[in-house]
Amino acid sequence: MDLVRAVEQSNLRNNYTEVDIGDYVKVHLKIKEGNRERIQIFEGYVIARKGGGLTETMTVRRVSYGVGVERILPVHSPKIDRIEIVRKGKVRRAKLYYLRDRVGKSAKITEKLIRKS
Amino acid sequence: MTKFMLGKKAGMTQLFDENGTAIPATVIECEPMFVIQNKTDDTDGYKAVKVASGTIREKLVNKPDKGQFAKAGVSVLRTVREFRTDEDYTLGQEIKVADMFAVGDHVDISGVSKGKGYAGNIKRHGQKGGPGGHGSMYHRRVGSMGANSSPARVLPGKKMPGHMGAAACTVQNLDVVLVDGDRNILVVKGAVPGPKGGLISIETSVKAK
Repeated sequence: MDLVRAVEQSNLRNNYTEVDIGDYVKVHLKIKEGNRERIQIFEGYVIARKGGGLTETMTVRRVSYGVGVERILPVHSPKIDRIEIVRKGKVRRAKLYYLRDRVGKSAKITEKLIRKS
Repeated sequence: MTKFMLGKKAGMTQLFDENGTAIPATVIECEPMFVIQNKTDDTDGYKAVKVASGTIREKLVNKPDKGQFAKAGVSVLRTVREFRTDEDYTLGQEIKVADMFAVGDHVDISGVSKGKGYAGNIKRHGQKGGPGGHGSMYHRRVGSMGANSSPARVLPGKKMPGHMGAAACTVQNLDVVLVDGDRNILVVKGAVPGPKGGLISIETSVKAK
């Protein structure tokens, strides 16, 4: 397994952000339009993280125009410019699939307030 | 020229190409090989080269093999394999993965597939299963064995359950994605036969143009 990790090393992103489950994030995605490249932001709650090393993915969920949208994003994909944490979430599970069955206020995650030291 | 290498499957991962697309990749550890014998048309009737790689305790090698290693002037090695090639190599020559393969090459990889044990027809031959319910009573069974009193026997080649896997298997035309000479690593796109740590041999693809 060590050799596999060694191969992955060169492909890992250097601006890796520690994202926790329940965080509200803005993912800056690189979109190619012809020759031009622009940044599109996809924002939502991180409801799951899977895999490790280079194969790690995170599932970001948002509700847009009343329709739930989930994107499974490979964290180390070069198509992701950067991941920005808007606010931390206070959750007690590693997978927040229960959010899929909820609408309105109950689909919200309470913010985790971090005491400044 | 046929290129060849011995390797050990280290595991699978994924890598991103220049477009940012994830591609499945198998990491292969290729320890340096040493040439221990050249087979020639005159003496053996065909041309090939015998190579060996990997470390082994001296105690575990028998005398005839030790003699071969001594003749080539190399220390005892674990795996000995023969490859058909037209090239001539010097005895004891060290061959590294970077000497053989480069990114963009196409290779065929042979190994022994993972054993599946005694498997039924659905797994072993890809047959369809029967309906689950409605009293069909036919779920994963073999199916028809053939006609009745003529020919009054089961025809040869009838697909039946039995041992599956743990057999020689070759995957053709895999792309070489990465070659690391320092760490003796070869990375190919796609899956290769066998478990992690399984011995595999890599050769230039017969389909490569």
